[in-house]
Amino acid sequence: MATLRLRALRKSYGTAEIIKGVDLDIADREFAVFVGPSGCGKSTLLRMIAGLEEITDGDLFIDGARVNEVGPADRGLAMVFQSYALYPHMSVRDNMAFALKLAGASKAERAAKVAEASRILQLDAYLDRKPKDLSGGQRQRVAIGRAIVRHPKIFLFDEPLSNLDAALRGQMRIELARLHRDLAATMIYVTHDQVEAMTMADKIVVLQAGRIEQVGSPLELYHHPANLFVAGFIGSPRMNLLPVRVVSGDPAGVRVGLPGGGEVVVPVDSTRAAPGTGVTLGIRPEALKPGAEGALAGAVRHVERLGGLTLAHVAVTDSAVADGATVVAQIEGSAPVRVGETIRLTIDPGATHLFDGEGRALPHQSRHPLAA
Amino acid sequence: MSTPSTAPAKGRRFNGLPLIGPSVTVLLIWMIVPLVMTVWFSLQRYNLLDPTVTGFAGIDNYEFLVTDPDFWASLANTLILVGSVLAITVVGGTLLAVLFDQPFPGRDVARLFAIAPFFVMPTVAALIWKNLMMHPIYGVFGAAARALGLPAVDWFADHPLLSVILIVSWEWLPFALLILLTAVQSLDREQLEAARMDGAGAVAQFVYIVLPHLSRAISVVVMIETIFLLTVFAEIYVTTAGGPGNATTNLAFLIYARALLQYDVGGASAGGVVAIVLANIVAFFLVRTIARRLEV
Amino acid sequence: MVKQSLSRRIGIAVLGWGAAFVLFFPLLWMLLTSLKSEPEAVTPSIAFTPTLQAYGDVLARADYLAFALNSVIIAIGGTVLALALAIPAAYVMAFHPTKRTRSTLLWMLSTKMLPSVGVLVPIYLLFRTLGLLDTRIGLILVYTLMNLPIVVWMLFTFFKEVPNDILEAGRMDGARTGAEVWHLLLPLTLPGVASTGLLSLILCWNEAFWSLNLTSSAAAPLTAFIASFSSPQGLFFAKLSAASTVAVAPILVFGWLSQRQLVRGLTFGAVK
Repeated sequence: MATLRLRALRKSYGTAEIIKGVDLDIADREFAVFVGPSGCGKSTLLRMIAGLEEITDGDLFIDGARVNEVGPADRGLAMVFQSYALYPHMSVRDNMAFALKLAGASKAERAAKVAEASRILQLDAYLDRKPKDLSGGQRQRVAIGRAIVRHPKIFLFDEPLSNLDAALRGQMRIELARLHRDLAATMIYVTHDQVEAMTMADKIVVLQAGRIEQVGSPLELYHHPANLFVAGFIGSPRMNLLPVRVVSGDPAGVRVGLPGGGEVVVPVDSTRAAPGTGVTLGIRPEALKPGAEGALAGAVRHVERLGGLTLAHVAVTDSAVADGATVVAQIEGSAPVRVGETIRLTIDPGATHLFDGEGRALPHQSRHPLAA
Repeated sequence: MSTPSTAPAKGRRFNGLPLIGPSVTVLLIWMIVPLVMTVWFSLQRYNLLDPTVTGFAGIDNYEFLVTDPDFWASLANTLILVGSVLAITVVGGTLLAVLFDQPFPGRDVARLFAIAPFFVMPTVAALIWKNLMMHPIYGVFGAAARALGLPAVDWFADHPLLSVILIVSWEWLPFALLILLTAVQSLDREQLEAARMDGAGAVAQFVYIVLPHLSRAISVVVMIETIFLLTVFAEIYVTTAGGPGNATTNLAFLIYARALLQYDVGGASAGGVVAIVLANIVAFFLVRTIARRLEV
Repeated sequence: MVKQSLSRRIGIAVLGWGAAFVLFFPLLWMLLTSLKSEPEAVTPSIAFTPTLQAYGDVLARADYLAFALNSVIIAIGGTVLALALAIPAAYVMAFHPTKRTRSTLLWMLSTKMLPSVGVLVPIYLLFRTLGLLDTRIGLILVYTLMNLPIVVWMLFTFFKEVPNDILEAGRMDGARTGAEVWHLLLPLTLPGVASTGLLSLILCWNEAFWSLNLTSSAAAPLTAFIASFSSPQGLFFAKLSAASTVAVAPILVFGWLSQRQLVRGLTFGAVK
C-alpha cells in the first residue's frame, strides 16, 4: 500500500514561486506521469515528493502520514535520476546493495535481493563492472535496479529515458510498463515527452508554470482536453486551432463558421456560446480527410510522407477571420496529394473541440467510450 | 510571495550550522582576538621588561613610530623588497611559463626541477644561498668570479638588500611559473591558430593573445605574492638579522625586534597595525578579484 | 601544428633545460656538498669522493631526530585537524549553499590576509599566558588556523565538481549526512582531498615565522633546527647541506606529486 496526497503544495525560491499550489492524489499501484514543457515545475514537484527540495507551504502525505519534515533518507521512496547518478566508485553489485547496507541488511539478504533485481533486469553478467564500463542502457537498468532492491513505497523517475537513443527508449518504455505490472508498485514518472506519458501512464498530470492544468487518463486528456494548453500539448501532430465565430447554438451542439464560408457543428454544450462570440475551434489532424464535399478548402503547401501516414499542410483560404491559417491533415496511407494543388477536407465533428475566450474547453455532450 | 511570519516552517531545511560552525568560530576567534589585542596594545604603554611602564598611551606609540627613522627605513625596505621580487617573478614567471608551454624533450622533468625551489623551507633557502652560493670565500659565486679573474663580491656586506631580494625571488619565481603555466595551458589553441592565420608572428601572438589571457592570473600572482612578501621574515632572520645597520630590516623584522628583542609591546603593536593596514589594502583587491569568479 | 624548424626546437630545449638547471642549481649544489667531507665542502670542486659522513654526523646528533619528529607531528597534526574542521564546512558550502555561503567563503579568505607579523605580539603573549609557548599543540593550533581558509577553499572547489545527483541518490538510498560524506563524497574526491592534505603538509612543514617565534627547543621543528646553522657552525657546509637535504627532500616529493592541484589551492580557485 502506498498512496500519495498533495495539498496546496507550494515552493518558492526567494520571491520566485515555482510551484503555485498543487493538489493531487495518487492511488496505490498507480503509474502517474507528470508532463509539461521545460520549466513547468514537474521535476521540482517530484523532488519535493522525494524530500530533496524543501516544501515552502502546503502538506505532503505518504500513506496518510504527513512527511513534510521527514528527510529523503526516511521517506522510504526510491528515485531514478535523469543522469542515473550511479556511484562511480562502486561496482554494479555495490551500487544496488548500497541502500541495503546503509539499512543494516545482512550480507545474505543483500546478496539475495541484488540477485533478484539483477535477474529481473538481466544484469547478472555485469555485477562486478564499474558504471563507466557500461552502456547507457545498462546504466539505466542499474539505476532502476538500485531502486528495486529497496522495495520502496513509491518509485520516482526523473526523465529517466532522455539520455537514451530512440530505439532504446522505445524498448525501455515497454520494460518499465512491464516492471510496473510485475512489481505492482506506485510509480511517479516525470517526462517532457508526451509519447512516454501516453504509453505508460494510468494517470497523466499536465503541468504548466507551476500549476496543474489537467489530471486524467491518457485518453481522457486526448479526447477531452480541459483547455487550450492541454489540447495543444497532448497529441502529435498538434491539434489544429482555428479562431472562428459562433453562428448559432442548437441541440446537436454549437455551429461555427469556417474559413472559406463552410460551417461545422461541434457537439458541445451550447449554453455558454452566444451567436457572434469569438471562440477557438480545435480539430485533431486525423479528423481531417480529403473529400469532394469537405467544409474546408485550401492549397497544399507542404507534404510529409511517413509511409503509413501522410501529413498534408493546407493553407485554408478566403477567410475574414483567419487569413492564411494552416491546418495539418493526417491521412492514412500514402495519399496522392501534391504540393500546390487545392483540396477540400471533410471534418469528423466527433473529433472537434471548442474553447472559449479564456481558453477553457466547452464540455462535450457525450464522453468518449474509452475516456469515461 | 511571503507567508505570514507567524506560520511555522513547513519544510525540512538542512541545518548546516553544526558542520560549518566550528570552522567559522575558530576563524572568528583567530581573527578578532589578536586584532583587537594588537590595536589595544598599540594604544598602551607596555614593556615586558619594565612592569612600571603602564597606562594609556594614546597615539604616543604611533608618534614614536613615525618619528623613528628605523621605521621609515623598514617601510622603504619592505616596499623595495616587495616591488623588486614582484617585478622579477612576474616577468620571469611569464617568460618561463611561455617557454615551458612549448614542447621539448624532457619538458615535464625539466619543469619539476624548475618549480622545486618553491617547496624549499625558507630557512634552508636562505642558508644555502648565504653560505653555498654567496659566501665570498667558499661560495660558488666567489669561485666563479675568481675563475674569471674578477674580484669576489661579499654579497651580504656590500649588497645586503639585493641579496635578500635574490633569495626571495628564487623562492617565488617557481610559484609564478606554476600558476602562470597553468593559466597559459588553459588558452584555447585555436585562438593562436586563428591569430597565425591573421598573420601574427610569435611576438604579436604573445602581446595580443597570450598576455591578455594571462592578465587575470598575473593579477592573482601579484596579490598573493604581495601578501606573503610584506611579511618576509625567516630569510632575513637567518642571513642578516636586519643588518648591516638597518639595511635589510623590513616591517616584519622591525616588529619582531621591537617585540621579542626589546620587549616593547606597545611599539611593536603599533607597527603591527601598520602591517595589517598595508596588507588589507592588497587584500581588498585580491578578495574582489577572486569574488568575481566565485560561483556558489 | 605547423612543423617547427629543427634549430628552433633545439633552441627551445636548450632554453628550457637551461632555465631548469639555473633554478635547480642551488639545490643540486646542496646535494653535492652534502656528499662531501667538510674540508672538500668549502671548495667548489665537483671531483670528489662521495661520502655519507655528513649525514651520519647530522643524524648522530640526538636532537636532530627530536626536531624531525616535531616537524612530522606538527605537520600531520595541523593537517588532520584542518581537514577535520574543513571537510564538514566545505561540504555544507558546496552542497547546501545559503545566501550567506558566498560571503562566508570570502570572509574566510580574508582572514588569510591578516599578516602574521601584525598579530605576533598578542599571539606571543596569549601563548605565554596559556602555557602554549614551545609546545607542539600550540604550533598545531596556529598552523591549523593559518591553513584552514586554504583547505576549506580547496576542498570546496573539489567538492563542487561532484554532481549533486550522486549525493541525492545516496540520500534517497537512505544515507544521512555522515554516510553521504564518508561513503560517497570522500571516496569520489579522494585525489582532491589528498592533494589538499599534501598542500597543508607542505605549508606546515615549511612554515618559518611562527616556528621561529613560538618555539625554542622542546617543540622546535626542522625549520628552526636549520636556522640554528645561521650561527658560526653554519660554516660546516657539509653538515648544513646534509641537514637541509634531509629536511627538504620529503616535502619536495610531496610538492611534485601535487603540483597541479596546488595551483588551485594557492590561488583560491581563481586559476585552475
